[in-house]
Amino acid sequence: MTDSASDTAQQTGTPTDAPSLLSVEDLVVEYVLGGKTVHAVSGVSFALGRGETLGLVGESGCGKSTLARALLRLTQARSGRVLFDGVDLATLRGPALRALRRRLQIIFQDPIASLNPRRRVADLIAEPLRIAGITDAVERRRRILDVLAAVGLDAELALGRFAHEFSGGQCQRLCIARALILEPELIVCDEPVSALDVSIRAQIINLLEAMKARYGLTLLFIAHDLAVVKAVSDRVAVMYLGKLVEIAPTERLFRSPGHPYTALLLQAIPRPDPEAPLPERLSVGEPPSPLAPPSGCRFRTRCPRAATRCGEQEPTLREIAPDQFVACHFPLGRDLSNGGAAP
Amino acid sequence: MAVASQRAPAAGPAATALLRLEDVAVELPSPRGVLRAVDGVSLELEAGRTLGIVGESGSGKTMLSRAIARLLPRGAKLSGRVDFDGQTLSALGPEALRRLRGRALAFIFQDPMTSLNPVLSIGSQLIETLREHLGLETPKAQRRAVELLGEVGIPSPEQRLKHYPHQFSGGMRQRVAIAIALSCEPKLLIADEPTTALDVTVQAQILDLLAREQRQRRMAMILITHDLGVVAGRTDEVAVMYAGRVVERAPTRRLFRGMRMPYTEALIAAIPELEAPPHTPLKAIAGLPPDPTRRSPGCAFAPRCPRSAARCREAAPPLAGDGQHQFACWNPLGPSA
Repeated sequence: MTDSASDTAQQTGTPTDAPSLLSVEDLVVEYVLGGKTVHAVSGVSFALGRGETLGLVGESGCGKSTLARALLRLTQARSGRVLFDGVDLATLRGPALRALRRRLQIIFQDPIASLNPRRRVADLIAEPLRIAGITDAVERRRRILDVLAAVGLDAELALGRFAHEFSGGQCQRLCIARALILEPELIVCDEPVSALDVSIRAQIINLLEAMKARYGLTLLFIAHDLAVVKAVSDRVAVMYLGKLVEIAPTERLFRSPGHPYTALLLQAIPRPDPEAPLPERLSVGEPPSPLAPPSGCRFRTRCPRAATRCGEQEPTLREIAPDQFVACHFPLGRDLSNGGAAP
Repeated sequence: MAVASQRAPAAGPAATALLRLEDVAVELPSPRGVLRAVDGVSLELEAGRTLGIVGESGSGKTMLSRAIARLLPRGAKLSGRVDFDGQTLSALGPEALRRLRGRALAFIFQDPMTSLNPVLSIGSQLIETLREHLGLETPKAQRRAVELLGEVGIPSPEQRLKHYPHQFSGGMRQRVAIAIALSCEPKLLIADEPTTALDVTVQAQILDLLAREQRQRRMAMILITHDLGVVAGRTDEVAVMYAGRVVERAPTRRLFRGMRMPYTEALIAAIPELEAPPHTPLKAIAGLPPDPTRRSPGCAFAPRCPRSAARCREAAPPLAGDGQHQFACWNPLGPSA
């Protein structure tokens, strides 16, 4: 199994010097909605190196949250494999699955909904320890105090209180504490700051970065805000209607996007600068329904570069520059920073 | 109460203002006591101009916009004075107000379903509005409805008239809500987080549409948002709110060139910079916004402010400055060169 994990890493562009902790191979997730099949995730492959942060961006309905849930087996995949440290999650049952799950955690978008409002912080934070069978009271207490201090909450004040007494930002700190308490290796962060105010968002991003360094974490950071993703990611993957359309090192992707959809996303970001030019008219409509994705390239119905071939033949990810993989028949080659010719 | 008494001489005489708020305050009952959501706001907006109101959740920006049309939750207590288009709204009766809303004064909300009826086709909603407010007869209203849907970018508008709100995507639904809001040629459109629920590529399209309609119709617009990126390129003036008050106000370019209130600066600094390399630490604002049920005598931002001094905790600074740029701070940042 370890062999196939490293194969995938090479196919999908993990820098070869980092051993991959997570690899996803041709993952397909579909579900039935009112008798119709929703193609939520359609053959996604990527690998995540140990210690790496991979940003995953895409608009609502592109399948990024479904992908996150499938990685943790919170949603059943139709086909494909998820290898964590070389082990196929789908082959595990009972205690083996539980043991592996300790190494894999998730943080959700809505921190308030993620915490039971009627339970005290002490119980909420200790719950993973109980599930993991850590019963020693001294050990539990030590871990709880450590992790609360790490996320910047005063244990004296916090432990006896209920989750509903905390603000959104503080609840997200509690969720992060709860995700960290078993000292996992990988945390999937699904829009962890989208529900927070700007002034709180920066605190939580800085906290995640600090926790990553302190606990040696690997992160899959899912968000729709590209500026936030850029701030935390080593590499960025872009999803569109259930497909990965581009995956590249962060600076490369922002400076020189290869997929027209990535370029569109970058262009649409509102800049906090009145002197910045407004995006040219983005006369590109909206994403089609995942119930009936277009043939060939799923982005072609909105793509300014679409040609006949795009409707007939589905583009696959290919390397257009070192470590930059793009699924497009006509990738962009120009460098946005100098507005000029191909690099 | 500390409120700006300065009128803006450079911005033209007050008589030309389409909208004028004077010392507007909104108090809401809450389980923990009276919550002062809006705390003495005075503002003016001229016809045809766009004002951005920026603030975080709980800053009072939404309540302020609702106070203009008295669309407040039950139990809310409104004080102060609102003048709009030659009428004192705060003195109007419910029936007169109802006629005004949707006609000279229109709203769009974050969730377009707030203003759409799920069980009526969008055609009947548009036509009803046109008949009710403009007195158009059905065939004429129908033609106008098709035109309006076309103007806001709904493809094949004639067929779409028969469709119900749930048959549209989020972005298209917001376009329909905009068509209804614009249908009566309002003088002021209040857009409350109109793109927050939408994806980034759709957001840009909706903001473009609003800007285009605003210019073409010479309509005034208030764009309420938490996103400084949204106001930067799309407004003439910006008012920044914190804890129920306007803490800084200036023409947009001037504000971004040199903010004087430390909160505004911190808010902009907290946004991740697209040009910065990955893993650049962000400039977070320490602490939390104040509890709106507990008012402090001083500046509400003082506990989080790097520049706060003893005076800041003792008395709230008034909104002061020159006619164009006003800020509420005892210890403001220096003016930019």
